Amino acid sequence: MATYDFLFDGLGLRDWCDAGKTGDAPQSMANLLAKGGAGKDTPWWEFPFPSLDALNEACARIVQSRDMTKAVEDGFLAIKDVLRFVLDPMTQPLSWILDFALLVFEAAPWWVMFPILMAVVYLATKSVRLIGFVTACIAFLAFIDHYGFAMQTLAIIFVCAFLCVLFGVPIGIAMSRSDRMQRMTIPVLDMLQTLPPFVYLIPLIFLFSVTEPKLYGIAIILYAIVPVIRLTDLGIRLVDRDVIEAADSFGMTDRQKLFGVQIPLALPNIMAGVNQTIMMSLAMVVIASLVSAPGLGVLVLRGIRNLELGVGLISGLGIVLLAIVLDRVTKAALDRVNAARKV
Amino acid sequence: MTGTVKIAIRSLYKIFGHDPQAALKHVQGGVSKTDLLEQYGHVLGLQDINVEMRESDITVIMGLSGSGKSTLIRHLNRLIEPTSGQVEVDGEDVLAYGEQRLRTLRRESMSMVFQKFALLPHRTVAENAGTTLQVRGVRQRDYLKDAWKWLERVGLGGYENHYPHQLSGGMQQRVGIARALTSNSPIMLMDEAFSALDPLIRTDMQDLLLELQKELHKTIVFITHDLDEALKLADRLVILKDGYIVQQDEPQHILLNPNDPYIEDFVSDINRARVLRVRSIMTPLNGGDLPDDAQGEVDINDTLEDTIARSGGDTSHSYVVTREGTPVGVLEMTNLVKALVPRVASEAGARKY
Repeated sequence: MATYDFLFDGLGLRDWCDAGKTGDAPQSMANLLAKGGAGKDTPWWEFPFPSLDALNEACARIVQSRDMTKAVEDGFLAIKDVLRFVLDPMTQPLSWILDFALLVFEAAPWWVMFPILMAVVYLATKSVRLIGFVTACIAFLAFIDHYGFAMQTLAIIFVCAFLCVLFGVPIGIAMSRSDRMQRMTIPVLDMLQTLPPFVYLIPLIFLFSVTEPKLYGIAIILYAIVPVIRLTDLGIRLVDRDVIEAADSFGMTDRQKLFGVQIPLALPNIMAGVNQTIMMSLAMVVIASLVSAPGLGVLVLRGIRNLELGVGLISGLGIVLLAIVLDRVTKAALDRVNAARKV
Repeated sequence: MTGTVKIAIRSLYKIFGHDPQAALKHVQGGVSKTDLLEQYGHVLGLQDINVEMRESDITVIMGLSGSGKSTLIRHLNRLIEPTSGQVEVDGEDVLAYGEQRLRTLRRESMSMVFQKFALLPHRTVAENAGTTLQVRGVRQRDYLKDAWKWLERVGLGGYENHYPHQLSGGMQQRVGIARALTSNSPIMLMDEAFSALDPLIRTDMQDLLLELQKELHKTIVFITHDLDEALKLADRLVILKDGYIVQQDEPQHILLNPNDPYIEDFVSDINRARVLRVRSIMTPLNGGDLPDDAQGEVDINDTLEDTIARSGGDTSHSYVVTREGTPVGVLEMTNLVKALVPRVASEAGARKY
């Protein structure tokens, strides 16, 4: 009857298969449709791949694919409570920080925020031109009444990028010091970097309440932490071996070497990683609007959902402006570091 | 000339590979460097090295690239661990040191100057020069004072607040030397310190080193591949080839009595008149009488070049050799001329060019 009957008959497993037959196995729509045309011979070019479903047709003992999906889901749900019990309190501070940052950025009046941003830009870049550019961009966003959304986005990026650096740099340092650590970490980083951003959100939604800011916080951090880790590792490994040897020959301790030589010399690379991390947080914060992240992403989402073309395009433009601002400022800071450290 | 032994290296072996100890047995059993690499996959870095370095001497270790000289100098402060053998500094076995003692040795007894300078690009010249004190925990205010003093001494006064990339190669290496001097350690290890500099600057740096040494009397271990440099600086010359010592002695002696074709080949090209000194070729007086026909006096440490200039090229003269004014020997110009010709000069020269 089914294509693969011959396989189980040939292996002498027919009895074993039939013993498992209950008759009321769940039926898929495709199966029901196929039943209508039962008895028809399958032409040879439609010979099916021996998939779980195809084998199941011949032998009921073989599970269907959807059982596997179900098993994964059940498995996740089974460990969910334990995971949640551990992760929830651990990540709670993230919620508080995000809430606090959002509160501050929203509560601060624009005439306080502007000088603060200008001061930050000046400290990072020492460039008056850049201050003018950044002020103009933010002023434009404020002028078209997107200031509040932009500040929310900025608040989330500040918090997440800061945490990425806080955790990413030490992880990168650990990787640079141990080849084993590097071998174990790189596959994880590869996975984080290749997973489509949406996929991060799925398990997180089940783990945490959708109303908690940490939900998107974690998604953003996981997505954006990769470059800063990679480039810290790379930067420290690229430090001139002669200089390391010199440091050893002067009797530096590992600590002195790390803070006095390796990190300062790796700083250009680390800064490049920070730049990448900030840009990736911006990308993710837009997607995270699906799980209630506030900011410009919400407007983009509204544009898509309600087909409000203008809203979507204008908020998209706002995101581009923010991206340019963040990129220019971090790049200028990087250049400043590079200029002082030319070898 | 005969100070106490500061550093002693005894039957030192270094073998690179996955199982050096097993390879060591083969080497001690007489397997050659080539065979060791071909049959056992191990590289013989150093083979039965025995050297004594005396206090306040400049010991120059010379060899071509791949001869193991840089490996050897790194054994002194254990940047490289030996496969077997002893390294003693001031009579103490350095290899028995734990981490803490080793660090103290590196901080306080030895300082190193590198071929590629190895300065920290993010620190000013003065901060770089003070690094050796900074690692000991000296406060910035105090170490900068010392750093300034030594920078002034190596001729970099006024550059204290520049960054290394703003200086030329020769100046960067002066910072490297100032850094080593700031540490105030009795031993200086110089790993091809001048090899990356162009010839004129190199001569300047050699003069600077000799001038400093006159005053400071450090124990200096100097690595080079340049024979002229080696002869100019060395109180004692150690010649390495393929990881073993071919000859070690006072440079004058090596020049006059090379014990190996390799060295003869080496020394045949150099300007002997500039390197050889009167003391190496004079006839000692030993209580005998002064000759009557002496044309004048020459100092025992004059080079032959000086003497030839004085004689105006006349080979029939002879001179009384004096040390601090007291006559100690006689120099026949004919002997001087003979000494100028290396034993295998012409063939070696012809072979090379």
